[in-house]
Amino acid sequence: MSAPSYTRLETLAVHAGQSPDPATGARAVPIYQTASFVFPDTETAASLFNLERAGHVYSRISNPTLSVFEERMAALEGAPAAIATASGQAALHLGLATLMSAGSHIVASNALYGGSHNLLAYTLPRFGIETTFVNGRDLEAWKKAIRPNTRLLFGETVGNPGLDVLNIPAVAAIAHNAGLPLMVDATLTTPFLSQPIEQGADIVMHSATKFLSGHGVVIGGVLIDGGSFDWEKSGKFPTLTEPYDGFHGMVMSEESSVAAFALRARREGLRDFGATMAPMTAFQILQGLETLHVRMPRHVDNTRKIAQFLSGNKAVAHVNYPELLSHPDHELAKQLLPNGAGAVLSFDLKAGSSSAKEAGKVFIEKLSLFSHLANIGDAKSLVIHPASTTHFRMDADALKAAGISEGTIRLSVGIEHIDDLTEDLSKALYAAGKAAGA
Amino acid sequence: MKFLVQQQPAYVYTGGKNFDAAKPSVVFIHGTANDHSVWTMQARYFAHHGWNALAIDLPGHGKSFGDARTSIASAADWLVNLLDNGTIERAALVGHSMGSLIALDAAARHPSRISQLALIGSSVPMPVSDVLMDAAKTHPQDAFDMLNIWGHAPQLKWGRNPTPGTSLMMAGARLHAQSHPGVLAKDLAACHAFQMDDASLAGIKMPALIVAGTSDLLTPAKAAQALAARLGNATMVTLHDAGHSMMQEAPGKIVDALKSFLKP
Repeated sequence: MSAPSYTRLETLAVHAGQSPDPATGARAVPIYQTASFVFPDTETAASLFNLERAGHVYSRISNPTLSVFEERMAALEGAPAAIATASGQAALHLGLATLMSAGSHIVASNALYGGSHNLLAYTLPRFGIETTFVNGRDLEAWKKAIRPNTRLLFGETVGNPGLDVLNIPAVAAIAHNAGLPLMVDATLTTPFLSQPIEQGADIVMHSATKFLSGHGVVIGGVLIDGGSFDWEKSGKFPTLTEPYDGFHGMVMSEESSVAAFALRARREGLRDFGATMAPMTAFQILQGLETLHVRMPRHVDNTRKIAQFLSGNKAVAHVNYPELLSHPDHELAKQLLPNGAGAVLSFDLKAGSSSAKEAGKVFIEKLSLFSHLANIGDAKSLVIHPASTTHFRMDADALKAAGISEGTIRLSVGIEHIDDLTEDLSKALYAAGKAAGA
Repeated sequence: MKFLVQQQPAYVYTGGKNFDAAKPSVVFIHGTANDHSVWTMQARYFAHHGWNALAIDLPGHGKSFGDARTSIASAADWLVNLLDNGTIERAALVGHSMGSLIALDAAARHPSRISQLALIGSSVPMPVSDVLMDAAKTHPQDAFDMLNIWGHAPQLKWGRNPTPGTSLMMAGARLHAQSHPGVLAKDLAACHAFQMDDASLAGIKMPALIVAGTSDLLTPAKAAQALAARLGNATMVTLHDAGHSMMQEAPGKIVDALKSFLKP
């Protein structure tokens, strides 16, 4: 008898978490658009509340449509458990709130999505949670920034929009040596391009708004418990290893050997903060996930061609994509992202007699196929000028630390025909070059 | 809570309630390279319905100290010592897979200590294939994969888990990955070597419940049926479409089966 195989990612993307609906035979995922679920009797009701039985009570805590999405994401990430959230930011907040208390400290890469930077730099300090930002490529800086009250290391698999590649195995080793978990935001890479838990991360989060859903139609997020971190051995996480008065003295690490973090996040975080996903949203993300493995190669292929195209254009000063030889993380990307470094790239326009910012404005306005908007990960190609939009709160130094400048343009490359994309870019680059007087 | 068993600390999950000597006790015994957490829902149910629920970590498993025992009999001795040290005169035993053999052996040799016996995913003998045994010794990851994949109903390879937000397959894989090095091979060898003759099985007179799954690839329902026929006083419940990991695949049905069977 030969050894059996686990179901492959491409099949999991289509099937994981779902079977034909037992009530109706519906093959597609039913949208359970209901707030609550009727208890068959009073004893079962009490048992469901007390986690003596599995099932759904109230859609803030769990819902059958969300469960399919959660189980599919857990399967795709090779993780025991996942929690669907109202947005990527809600996933990040849920992860942090589950582990942190006032007085806790985070070490984070400085190459973060602007929204995550806002939460860590400006909002969480109001609640007594501080973050030290480090150059994500500087492993010594990660080590040095760890304090006795540090509880988490955090970075993005590929930083948005700086496109730094996080050395997950090395940063995870630093975290684990200090008895700390590593959480990564894998929004830009998806499970198709990166398997952070296999590489050493302990917790993964995504903005599911982006490539997971893939069509720019919903806001959603997901938080994933890798189940490999030993909370008891670390001794730094009382929320997971000591009795929780908010659930009859439950000790999460005794209750679940493989998903204590997700258990607390669901039973406390979803219950108390309530940033849950809507069932319709889960359904729409699931439609996207079914083609993840078909879309991502096309996204990556188009992005590679556009990176080459831009590199050869005289209006362009610099192209930033981890697969280019000129990128500082080129070798790391080959090692950690062999299927592609994603479909987001950035570039700087040449500044001539006028400013790069002015050239950028002309470039964006002359594009017709690329949509100018604040999102990434759509089937449609997208463009934005981060310094005036997603990262507008950052000063020049913070922008530089995040790997971008005032003239940086970010593209999220879609799945259209490559020739139509390069034609659109050509026209806009010509106009930008003229405007810059370069 | 912690017990001292054979001079080593042993971890026992009590389902969210403190141990109360006045209540009847039910002990849940996990299977190969598993721990107490496979029983949390069932243990919580009984702990909140008039019982002491004691979901143990066998020695060398989970949070319990000591080496994994190399025979079912020595694991059963450990279990009886746990009852002694917990001053538990009589207990119902609920065992899964390897744990069901430990329960059987304890019941055969210490009938006065065991009130009832529930055997889930069980067969006697419990032969382990050469390919699995060899892999456990030389390529444990391959053996974990076999045990995890064959240990679930085939249709559950991709879902759908009754417990919201968790992947049965990935949770099973992670639990195996947490087991101590070498434990898997010891556990499988202990299962493979276990024998109990017809007379001994027929001599087990306390009420016994056999729970089988029609999609159990490791201990097929047919083998469980044969075991039920050989026991002195057994009834059988068959769960349609359930695989070997029944406590996770069909947690409510296991609670219902145990609830109907176990009497204080």
